[in-house]
Amino acid sequence: MKIHISNGRVVDPASGTDAKQDVYIEAGRITGIGDVPAGFKAGRVIDARGLVVAPGLVDLSARLREPGFEYKATLETELGAAVAGGVTSLACPPDTDPPLDEPGLVEMLRHSARGLDLAHVHPVGALTAKLGGERLTEMVLLREAGCVAFSQADVALPDTQVLWRAMQYASTFGFALWLRPQDGFLARDGVAHDGDVATRLGLAAIPSFAETIAIETALALVRDTGARVHFQRLSTARGVELLRRAKAEGLPVSGDVSAHHAHLSEMDLGYFDSLCHVIPPFRSARDRDALREGLADGTLDAMCSDHAPVDEDTKLMPFAESEPGATGLELLLPLALKWGTGMRLPLAKTLGVVTDRPARILGSEAGRLAVGQPADLCVFDAEAMVRVSADTLKSQGHNTPFLGIELPGRVRCTLVGGRVVYEG
Amino acid sequence: MRNPQLNERGELRHLLTLDGLPHEVILHILDTAASFVGITERDVKKVPLLRGKSVFNLFFENSTRTRTTFEIAAKRLSADVINLNINTSSAAKGESLLDTIDNLSAMHADMFVVRHASSGAPHLIARHVKEHPYLHVVNAGDGRHAHPTQGLLDLYTIRHYKQDFTKLSVAVVGDVLHSRVARSLIHGLTTMGTPDVRVIGPRTLLPRGVEQLGVRVFHDMAEGLRGCDAIVMLRLQNERMKGPLLPSAQEYFKSYGLTLEKLALAKPDAIVMHPGPMNRGVEIDSAVADGPRSVILPQVTFGIAVRMAVMAILAGN
Repeated sequence: MKIHISNGRVVDPASGTDAKQDVYIEAGRITGIGDVPAGFKAGRVIDARGLVVAPGLVDLSARLREPGFEYKATLETELGAAVAGGVTSLACPPDTDPPLDEPGLVEMLRHSARGLDLAHVHPVGALTAKLGGERLTEMVLLREAGCVAFSQADVALPDTQVLWRAMQYASTFGFALWLRPQDGFLARDGVAHDGDVATRLGLAAIPSFAETIAIETALALVRDTGARVHFQRLSTARGVELLRRAKAEGLPVSGDVSAHHAHLSEMDLGYFDSLCHVIPPFRSARDRDALREGLADGTLDAMCSDHAPVDEDTKLMPFAESEPGATGLELLLPLALKWGTGMRLPLAKTLGVVTDRPARILGSEAGRLAVGQPADLCVFDAEAMVRVSADTLKSQGHNTPFLGIELPGRVRCTLVGGRVVYEG
Repeated sequence: MRNPQLNERGELRHLLTLDGLPHEVILHILDTAASFVGITERDVKKVPLLRGKSVFNLFFENSTRTRTTFEIAAKRLSADVINLNINTSSAAKGESLLDTIDNLSAMHADMFVVRHASSGAPHLIARHVKEHPYLHVVNAGDGRHAHPTQGLLDLYTIRHYKQDFTKLSVAVVGDVLHSRVARSLIHGLTTMGTPDVRVIGPRTLLPRGVEQLGVRVFHDMAEGLRGCDAIVMLRLQNERMKGPLLPSAQEYFKSYGLTLEKLALAKPDAIVMHPGPMNRGVEIDSAVADGPRSVILPQVTFGIAVRMAVMAILAGN
């Protein structure tokens, strides 16, 4: 169907466009912005008066929990949550059960996702068999099956020989490694930032250098191998600084931060709030501020949702025993907007951290709003304040520290491949 | 965020931690305990303050000693006491913590005395029983977080021997990192206005930023003990004595064990405390533990009165 989105404020971070324009869509692609394509006859007109028309969001880390953890969430519920949050492309980490370490599993996941016809799913393959940290996976075959990169998810890779060889092998074929940097020995048993709050509450701590040591190790190996490495979900000021210097040095590295870490700190643990039990832990306010700055100055390339829906019962436990993670797909846009407002950024720049910048990491053509582009769009009301509530979240996981908080931004319409997949 | 252990009138609803507990609430508990000390010395050691009430001792982690003191305290207040060692019953069958709590709440419990290996477990339970306004939770020790009745009995002991908190130097020696006793005592002392609270230990056994709790840090025991009015020795758990935190019990004793020689550096009338059970020859020498400056056994006696006071105040609010 041909769709005409009229009277909206079109914001395209890649080109810096921010103007009132109409958008014309046919055959799954954008065929006109501002100017009507010749002979265009709309099958449907979407009135976007007072609304922002932006590229669909691109999320670099969303757990869909399939295969293996369907009691926590399913593809159907989580991809529904994705489009309700304006997310049209997402990368999912390999820590499913079994992990995404065989081409057949990846093909099956993509097949199921395509059948639902909601957001595009880009699996991240396991770097080592069963994420065991010993044997490399069949990266070439996994790539053919659709993996965009290779990762250990949150599973430590203590053997630096294996990490070195994995980088050598991946770089042979130009594949990227996505690493969530954390030294497994230093983080052992830890559940909170090694700071005043963990000291006061008596929680086992994870020092900041658990992250920076892992980054420095990886950077040394990048210097040797030339492998492309994307650092996922940084949590420390020092980590941001290391990435800044590595980029200045010309190393092929990038990084992201979770939407939660751009807003919360160890103080938010309050009286043992297990909704704030996440990996890596919320760190000091100074760390959080450095993450926000790093995202604004481009050191960090993207903000991801780090979506991790968990079963409610596993949060109703003493802090250390509760399952870490927070639901995030539906909060990515609001938290990006809140960050952008706090940093006094123009909307195009704000949206860049959840659209074209992550799309470049993904190696995808998504995340831009231009003629000829796939029509993956998000139409939203940037002014509306919405209270986060368990009743309205589409994700099967209602575990978020933002429950009850009002956040800016209401998604009104999401299009994937020129098809309306969500209206709210 | 309201302090979860106070009700809307600012009175004690649960006792979860001494962190953030107002000065006047602590003082009220200590004064009430003083009135109970007399009862515990009488021939008939019972008062009817908790008659008809059911106190459940929920021990998710073993501790015969603490459980017994709570049991005695509750019985001297005429309560019915039910002891549950949960690591050997329902937890082994897979029942969740809050399911256990729901079941016991349905039996019309009036008070839960909770010991748990995980920091924050009593907070979780207190949040969960919100809809039972007459149900009180007493933290009997959670993970590394807090052991408020121990903190209170330590305060009681210090006040008994030294009167005025605002003129004292108190040293806490040993494994502060893993110690709920140390955290509770430090919060209690700073709240009561003790100007000089010290912690003494090797760097491996002190948590990061411990100075933020309002203490001075010493690694040299002789220096840390100098001029102290009270010395609180912490128990060193067996599992800490080997591995990356400490090389051996012998070496620990050499640097941080309390001997008569080191005790001589404190004030001549300094008291020596220990929450028990003691490791003689590891953190404390027998000559000190059994010596004239030791108030370790009076601590146990005061502990009963303090726990009676806490339960009586909670039941009255």
